Amino acid sequence: MKYLDEYRDQALARKVLDDIARTVTRPWTIMEVCGGQTHSIVKYGLDELLPPRVELVHGPGCPVCVTPLETIDRAHAIARRPGTIFCSFGDMLRVPGSHADLFQLRAEGADVRVVYSPLDCLKIARANPEKLVVFFAIGFETTAPANAMAVWVARAQGIRNFSLLVSHVLVPPAICGVLESRDNRVQAFLGPGHVCAVVGWGEYEPIAARYRIPIVITGFEPLDLLEGIRMAVRQLESGRAEVENQYARAVTREGNVEARRRIAEVFEVTDRAWRGIGVIPASGWRLRDEFRAYDAESLFDVGEIRTAEPAVCIAGKVLSGLAKPHDCPAFGTACTPQTPLGATMVSAEGACAAYYNYGRHARTIGERK
Amino acid sequence: MAQDFTLACPLPITQRKTVVMGHGSGGRLTAQLIHDVFLPAFDNEYLRRLDDQAVFDIAGARIAFTTDSFVVTPIFFPGGDIGKLAVHGTVNDLAMSGARPLYLSSAFIMEEGLPLEELGRVTASMAEAATAAGVTIATGDTKVVNRGSADKLFITTSGVGLVPAGVNISASNARPGDAILLSGTIGDHGMAVMSVRENLEFEGAIVSDTAPLNRLVEAMLAAGEIHALRDPTRGGLATSLCEMAEASGVGVEIEAASIPVSDPVRAACEILGLDPLFVANEGKLVAFVAPESADAVLEAMRRTPEGSGAALIGHAVAAHERLVLLKTEIGGTRILDLPFSEQLPRIC
Repeated sequence: MKYLDEYRDQALARKVLDDIARTVTRPWTIMEVCGGQTHSIVKYGLDELLPPRVELVHGPGCPVCVTPLETIDRAHAIARRPGTIFCSFGDMLRVPGSHADLFQLRAEGADVRVVYSPLDCLKIARANPEKLVVFFAIGFETTAPANAMAVWVARAQGIRNFSLLVSHVLVPPAICGVLESRDNRVQAFLGPGHVCAVVGWGEYEPIAARYRIPIVITGFEPLDLLEGIRMAVRQLESGRAEVENQYARAVTREGNVEARRRIAEVFEVTDRAWRGIGVIPASGWRLRDEFRAYDAESLFDVGEIRTAEPAVCIAGKVLSGLAKPHDCPAFGTACTPQTPLGATMVSAEGACAAYYNYGRHARTIGERK
Repeated sequence: MAQDFTLACPLPITQRKTVVMGHGSGGRLTAQLIHDVFLPAFDNEYLRRLDDQAVFDIAGARIAFTTDSFVVTPIFFPGGDIGKLAVHGTVNDLAMSGARPLYLSSAFIMEEGLPLEELGRVTASMAEAATAAGVTIATGDTKVVNRGSADKLFITTSGVGLVPAGVNISASNARPGDAILLSGTIGDHGMAVMSVRENLEFEGAIVSDTAPLNRLVEAMLAAGEIHALRDPTRGGLATSLCEMAEASGVGVEIEAASIPVSDPVRAACEILGLDPLFVANEGKLVAFVAPESADAVLEAMRRTPEGSGAALIGHAVAAHERLVLLKTEIGGTRILDLPFSEQLPRIC
């Protein structure tokens, strides 16, 4: 299949791997920011093909994993209300709140629907004028344009029974959070390809300069990732700290100008809580005041719901690159995709689930049964 | 700003108190239900084998017996309909024991308001499928439920067949060294149904592979020594391989590059973030075949219409028993494990 097979070519991958092995002179720790990148790395077994001195650690870029429990409880409170149609991307259905997950609410009679785009919710809203249709708008900059568009179209078309429960988060503050951590060991980043396709890579330049850290905006296919790692290793070996763009077929410095304009029209920057990490200042988006009529949080008055996150698993450390999933004593024993103790095990994009499903490590295999 | 990372994470639901959709996925939740509810209730030597059919002796004959329910939405989809599936599903479950399928029963649960014209199209399709597969629908039942108590039409078919002398096929009979043969492309049925159910507009490009496999199995039996057979329906090829590795206590090694997937199915799976290895099929089988028979059986498969796209995809091994390893396109390896429940489209 064109545009995919050439990025999964074994002979080309071998060449890049050999080149990385020739370039590396000492150990380096590189963080891939996105859950989608983590998913590809374990799905294709990339980490075991890399020279041992290149260590990959998995970043906070899994939207399902970083959405706070409190937000999920608010979502559930809304979904339980009679007369509501609660719409979500698929993998959010399995994420547990304090008492249930959306699958459970659906089994108990709530109208919970999986959609592929928030714009599908507008069709549902038009077809069900007596119901209130709510979309769970989580995710990084990648999912924001479609969410902004849905609100914008709803207003333009006078659709009043549609709203967003917004929990948007932003990558740059999370990267800074990782770098500011006292225990940080990340020496270079594979930057988020799809996020940058939307917002461009301009805002990563001050981060690279301020922290003296290489950032390579990287795609999601095996050869994208290997090429991104090669570029990062070359920077590290030559003492450079720049923003480079491996994913040039999708990403420009400016990003998608039209999408950015629409986002800026609908959303504004706000402080945001991250699961396992805590509140990071100016790390998310919320709806602007003029779109308050589309803000489910104010419409449904669920702001009073407060949930503390019980300290149980090490997801926070996994998400900030300080620990590998198998460093957790519960990994693969008490904590499995079937009985997840943390969000990183719940989502298919979560680092723990990826490790479990694709079983990269001998100890994983040993503990499987 | 010195950001501290806390160790916070929420406790999840570990045990379900009600049935959720995942219990019907064919994955771990389904297995949990079978082990926790059905096996303890009905425990016997036939059920314990966890095959798709029971095989027993009656008056000197080896009989295969199976049943299957069909609740697909929509009831008509590209390449088939609920009636065709109901015939093929039961014919195939019988054929996976090596049996020659003979007689089927068919029970219809109809929702008030179902147009008779649609019911007529389904029964005509079933009759055609039964004739093509060489089976007789010999008995049946009808029930009607209130509007809203069913989704248009549910069908349950049961079937009996005769297992030829000398044939001993079970998911638990795979042996180290066996060649693993797959009869054609995977993922077609699941993606065809999903494309119409979710209005994904891949329609036309992807057509269900629903087909009877009894003739293909007959050709394979005539060509060589078959140890284990399964038709990878719910949960897809990966789930069937995991179940067979588990039941037989063998390791399985397969190569991603050798598994046939059509371009439209690959494209649809890429877009949705699904893995074709876990997507349902309704007209495919995977076989563990004695190594010395592998070439002859593969040749015989390719000479049949249902097996024209057959391929050798891997081998059973003595190492890493009960574990299925996939060699990836770029030369890495990964474990294929039973899915938790249905695959969910990913956020990004």
